Amino acid sequence: MNGIIKKNKDKSSEIIMPASHEPESSRSLRLESTGAVFENSRSDNHFYRIRCEGITKVYPGVVANDQVSLAIQPGEIHALLGENGAGKSTLMKILYGVTQPDSGHIWFDGQPQPLKSPAHARRLGIGMVFQHFSLFETLTVVENIALSMDKREAGSLKDLARRIEEISSHYGMPIDPHRHVHSLSTGERQRVEIIRCLVQDISLLILDEPTSVLTPQEVSSLFATLRKLAAEGCSLLFISHKLQEVKALCDRATVLRHGKIAGTCDPKTTSTEDMASMMVGSQTTLGQRYSFSSNKVEDKRLAVQGLTEAALGDFGTALQDIHFSVKPGEILGIAGVAGNGQKELIQLLSGERLATSPDFITLDDQAIGKLTPGKRRRLGMAVVPEERLGRGAVPDMSLSENGLLTGFLQNLVSRGFLRQRRIHGFANDVISNFRVKAHGNLADAKSLSGGNLQKFIIGREILQNPKLLICASPTWGVDVGAANLIHQSLIDLRDKGTAIVVLSEDLDELFQVSDRIGALCHGKLSPVKPVTETSINEVGQWMAGVFTNPESEASEQAYALPRGVEPEMEQNIQEKEFTP
Amino acid sequence: MKISIERRPQDSNLMKYLSPLLAVLLTLMAGGVIFTLQGQDPWTGLYTFFILPISDSYGLSELGVKAAPILLCAMGLAVCFRANIWNIGAEGQLLMGALMGSWAALSWMDLEGIWVLPAVLMSGAVAGLLWALIPALLRNHFNTNEILTTIMLNYIALNLLLYAVHGPLKDPHGFNFPESALFTEAVTLPLLLEGTRLHIGLAFGLFAGVCIWVLMTKTFLGFQLKVIGLDVSAGHFAGFRERRLVYFSLLLCGALAGLAGISEVSGPIGQLVPSVSPGYGYAAIIVAFLGRLHPIGILLASLLMALVYMGGEMGQIDLGLPLAMGSLFQGMLLFFLLACDFLISYRFRIRTMSNQPPAHGRNAGVNC
Amino acid sequence: MDMDLITNILFAMVRTGTPLLLVALGELVCEKSGVLNLGQEGMMLMGAVIGFIAAITTGSLIFGVIMSLIVGMAMALLFGLLVIQLRANQVATGLALTIFGAGLSAYVGTDYIGQALAGFQPVLIPLLSDIPVLGKALFSQDILVYCSLGIALAIWLFFRFSRPGLVVKAIGESPHSATAVGLPVILTRWLALLFGGAMAGLGGAYLSLAYTPLWAEGMTAGRGWIALALVVFASWKVERVLLGAWLFGLASIMHLVLQGMGASISSNLLATLPYLATIIVLVLLSSNQSRSRLLAPMSLGKPYHPTG
Repeated sequence: MNGIIKKNKDKSSEIIMPASHEPESSRSLRLESTGAVFENSRSDNHFYRIRCEGITKVYPGVVANDQVSLAIQPGEIHALLGENGAGKSTLMKILYGVTQPDSGHIWFDGQPQPLKSPAHARRLGIGMVFQHFSLFETLTVVENIALSMDKREAGSLKDLARRIEEISSHYGMPIDPHRHVHSLSTGERQRVEIIRCLVQDISLLILDEPTSVLTPQEVSSLFATLRKLAAEGCSLLFISHKLQEVKALCDRATVLRHGKIAGTCDPKTTSTEDMASMMVGSQTTLGQRYSFSSNKVEDKRLAVQGLTEAALGDFGTALQDIHFSVKPGEILGIAGVAGNGQKELIQLLSGERLATSPDFITLDDQAIGKLTPGKRRRLGMAVVPEERLGRGAVPDMSLSENGLLTGFLQNLVSRGFLRQRRIHGFANDVISNFRVKAHGNLADAKSLSGGNLQKFIIGREILQNPKLLICASPTWGVDVGAANLIHQSLIDLRDKGTAIVVLSEDLDELFQVSDRIGALCHGKLSPVKPVTETSINEVGQWMAGVFTNPESEASEQAYALPRGVEPEMEQNIQEKEFTP
Repeated sequence: MKISIERRPQDSNLMKYLSPLLAVLLTLMAGGVIFTLQGQDPWTGLYTFFILPISDSYGLSELGVKAAPILLCAMGLAVCFRANIWNIGAEGQLLMGALMGSWAALSWMDLEGIWVLPAVLMSGAVAGLLWALIPALLRNHFNTNEILTTIMLNYIALNLLLYAVHGPLKDPHGFNFPESALFTEAVTLPLLLEGTRLHIGLAFGLFAGVCIWVLMTKTFLGFQLKVIGLDVSAGHFAGFRERRLVYFSLLLCGALAGLAGISEVSGPIGQLVPSVSPGYGYAAIIVAFLGRLHPIGILLASLLMALVYMGGEMGQIDLGLPLAMGSLFQGMLLFFLLACDFLISYRFRIRTMSNQPPAHGRNAGVNC
Repeated sequence: MDMDLITNILFAMVRTGTPLLLVALGELVCEKSGVLNLGQEGMMLMGAVIGFIAAITTGSLIFGVIMSLIVGMAMALLFGLLVIQLRANQVATGLALTIFGAGLSAYVGTDYIGQALAGFQPVLIPLLSDIPVLGKALFSQDILVYCSLGIALAIWLFFRFSRPGLVVKAIGESPHSATAVGLPVILTRWLALLFGGAMAGLGGAYLSLAYTPLWAEGMTAGRGWIALALVVFASWKVERVLLGAWLFGLASIMHLVLQGMGASISSNLLATLPYLATIIVLVLLSSNQSRSRLLAPMSLGKPYHPTG
């Protein structure tokens, strides 16, 4: 047992009840209304590490949390499930003292505790790992950790570094305390975040979508760490929208929908379909595979040959010898954890950054590597960038103006003068064809929700009838309804003969829409295989960099499955089989 | 009672236009306080400052004279600021326009021909343009911050001007005063109204205003400038050529400021003097913001700013107030404007304790 | 060039560099915390005029210095109210502060133009001031010069070894992360800003109480702006600010050097040298884009709005 965790267990006098000792009845699926679940909870308050009741938080124009209640026992891994915008982040910020609820009560270790600030929460023993890391890139690991502690607590940097090493080896999270954060990978940064919580006395660790930035292999090692923590009595609140992971890790789950509790359940015994329907409120089909490309032509619409580019700046990724091609009427999926060269690849394909050789990229056999974005658009290329506000759309401009942003080739400009009527017409077409919810074409882009803005941006590009569409993270942060519409319109566009490249971190999505798939890791592209001939597990390996760099697409068959697939991995993530 | 600040769900369009008016009002109130502190009657002070200078037709024409250079500079600055290019260098561009234009005027003023005056004006505009080319080049190709370079170029331009009037352009018959010879009729701007000093420079300013309105609202170029200004990554994504847009806006502003400079020396002043500009280029920055970067707003704001200049002089003559009173008003105006702009995106909400539902009382610790 | 001339040039270089050093050090701390205050020129002018008025009315130079510190902070307070509290654009507010400072200083200083004051006198440090050449340049200066060196050392130690120094750096890099780990972003930025204001006030007072003990409208002549460039030149490093301030000091007294060498060039043309030097230095430093991006505090000039 580790001394750090033990200390705080001594502090609280309660009995630690590992989750497995829970009576079986409480672990069954419960779909009762909020009140009913916690009806008798007041009497056994002291059994809960944290309990909140009736939490309500209203932001201008939206009720983020509406009478939300939640309770977590010591040593329990509790999942907080919900779609983007369901109110998970707000609840978690309230539980960490970042924001204060408009009404509601919180008990910690049985004591009523208004969580006034993150510092207050930390004093009580609550740790938090945000989705967006709060790390300072120009400082070292140990300096980062020292800054989040009281001066007295932190002691000298030397002692702290030693403690960090202890914790990192105890929990299987190797890290060098003296490295600068900007030199760490995403997975390593997350470890720093977790260690930062663990150097303090914590009894509750909140993790906000911790797996969204990890490869499947990294996920399994994170889960091992979390299980060890829970076994030592630390409670965990695991926020996610990935049902498979929740099933693999968590003891109980609370589902939020539109800011309200949609139900609680035991994820181990509840089917993913039931949990999904709690999340989205209807039997929306999740993860349905779309039709495959029917195109048998062998021409190459887009060909990338030997694309090699140096990293820009200290935070960039170098691209190394990337080869791939896309046929008309085909969707190529490129998987990978962000920061492995996706941004660079998109910018090089779109022309925002020019390639060092024009021949690296060809569109219909024309070398375009050195053409500007405008010239590439004239040749029929369209691009959906990853950042919606602040690249794909100008936040402070109307939808009409944002339509003009890339639609200027659709006869919207004549001799340098704007054709207002056509500009408004184009925006209205996008809005109606893609069911964008907005107050007309004069609404500012920033007034739209993420999903609606994404529909607008994708619609704007699709309505230009491109020959080639480059599309980054098409459904990131988008609700299921909008995601289905976006996927369907990509498929429809493909069936009209457009070549499409989709870059995404979401493997499920890529397996739903792609015809062929590859993965980027450290700026190298894995082999590209038809979706029917690979598995999520194999692509996961590619994302972790386990592949032999193919000379060309022709040698794909020579690729052999690497050894050492972690057994836990296969347990956790259900393998998906696709048979045409 | 508690006053809280909250973000408006949407920026208030009303406040966007109300804020400059509010800023003017607050400046006037602060001015009244300062007059009182000076031992003056605030009403007399404000009257002397803001009414007296324009109470006759000559005063009104002088308002146009003072407004002309500010208007030209501010129109150019508005284009730069829209494109998020912080050109602080209108002053230097104006001075270079005055300097090089004067050089041309002094060289050609004894020649006959209809081309002389346009050529002189052109020289001034080109000089301003070239002076603005420096920060544009440096920003585009060396990634150098244009705020600092334009400021530095202002000081350099001022020193070059001083050098010229003390040296090469000094009037050989001028009793060693640091001034050039007086310009001849051939290189003097025609008047708009006989008997006043109101010259065609004001017409240049108004014409520039119309052109810039068309540019910014009707053309794709103007649209691209706005996109680059609001969100440079979106501009890159759409394939707009940022460097060209930087060149365009800076050079346009430089040419307009240069034109303002030569119009001053060949108009109301009539010779090159060290004090060509009492900070018109800086005042134009305030005017551009106060006018919301919109040509009509800028026109109104430049008239107000011209009035502040005239009021400063009137206050000195009539009330014996320091001339710097005028610059003080300018500074306050910009300050109050920036403060009032807060109300575009935010609003104050005054809550009284009794408004809160009693049910929330027990949650006092949680409620915030 | 004889030895005396070199000695005099170095002496003048340090003196001329001192106001730049003071202002740049203040702005360095301010920028490290992520606040870009372009209003240095206005704060300097106010420090100069108020310091002068206070000193001439009370006869106490020290009181003048104290008042300049206070007025510098008051100007910074105004900037902070707009930028930190009312979330105004930092660039526009900095400009406003400069224009306002120029106007207000000219206004309050009107009656004091042309008045003379016995400024700070050199204080010779025993033994050290006898060192040839360097003794005069470094150890025969007035008390404010020694102060500026002490402050430079203190700030260097502050960022090098202290935890608050680490906090300032962290907040300048990412105020959002800093809030998340519970560092006091707003408070730290206020303190850094006020320190910067005090230093700008002091830099102004150095001009009106020591360098040329008198008040003249706009007497800072762009030094506030040069100090801003100096911070960029120094890549936000204290030791390079010191070096840079002296180099700029040297550029400002080139007329002395050239006259010593027997050249005769118009003083107006020579006066452009520090500004030209500033531009050249900026170009040399900023042409390597990725490098300058890495050195600057990452959140510099970006408004920070804590949510909730």
